[in-house]
Amino acid sequence: MKFGIVVNEGPYQHQASDSAYLFAKAAIAKGHEVWRVFFYHDGVNNASKLTEPPQDDRNIVNRWAKLAEEHKVDLVVCVAAALRRGIKEENLAQGFRISGLGQLVEAGIKCDRLVTFGD
Amino acid sequence: MLHIINKSPLTSVSLDSCLNTATGGDILLIEDAVYAATRGNAGEAKLRNAMGRFKVHVLMPDLEARGLGDRLMEGVSPVDYGGFVDLTSSNKTCQSWL
Amino acid sequence: MSDAKKFMFVNRKAPYGTIYALESLEVVLITAAFDQDVSLAFLDDGVYQLKKGQQTKGIETKNFSPAYRALEDYDIEKLYVEKEAMEARGLTEEDFLVPVTLLSRAEMGKLMDEQDVVLSF
Repeated sequence: MKFGIVVNEGPYQHQASDSAYLFAKAAIAKGHEVWRVFFYHDGVNNASKLTEPPQDDRNIVNRWAKLAEEHKVDLVVCVAAALRRGIKEENLAQGFRISGLGQLVEAGIKCDRLVTFGD
Repeated sequence: MLHIINKSPLTSVSLDSCLNTATGGDILLIEDAVYAATRGNAGEAKLRNAMGRFKVHVLMPDLEARGLGDRLMEGVSPVDYGGFVDLTSSNKTCQSWL
Repeated sequence: MSDAKKFMFVNRKAPYGTIYALESLEVVLITAAFDQDVSLAFLDDGVYQLKKGQQTKGIETKNFSPAYRALEDYDIEKLYVEKEAMEARGLTEEDFLVPVTLLSRAEMGKLMDEQDVVLSF
């Protein structure tokens, strides 16, 4: 089955991004495809390469990037939401791309399931 | 339909709204909503009453993280992230009551 | 339209206190361009989004409520308000910026069941 995931909250502040990541990992482990993860609202902050968590904590940003690389997951950051919050190409973490809201709608159309994580 | 709730029933109306509005189906309690699945919480009776219409599940890693893994209310079925994925695939749609 | 999916946007949050209502509306407008079957549902504090007479000058924030009136131009005409949520907030249909269809909780639940994609922010 083809899954789309929406993440509406930033990393560390809210559990949404962790829940979404663990869900994505479990879906892939079960043989499903995670076609796209769309980052919206404060969720765009998951794509900041300037993030530096303490050594003993999980690295939420890198974890997404690694998942994308290993399983061809399309990590899309909403451009309008990103510009509002200072996320631009120059500080975009590897594995993410910035694009329009149409990418979210497309995920809704093309995926068998769309699961939202937020506040 | 799968209804995903992520808020504590003691601070948010999300679970109540879902119980009042949704016709039935599966409910999955995640994040702070797992408190709704614990024995002795003030909303226990309400959730129990809804069990005829809904099948209620709780994401165990979230309940265990909060130190309440041993207080699971009777009738709520525990799932892991794999079970969460199965619930989303067995239901045609899912809705997060954010 | 035959292969269009039924998209429902569920709005349960009030405007201004958080950005969700505004950014949700931005998605709705984009979805209209994809020729999908779009409905908007307003429950809980989401019904406050539709209140007439929003004056945001004093909080130095853009008043985005006129955008609800523009939905019609995008052929988005299915706006559903949960009657119980409206009444619980001391509002009536006359308080809203745009014409809406009032649904009971039961009717709203049934409509949700008919959707292919339910988005909430």
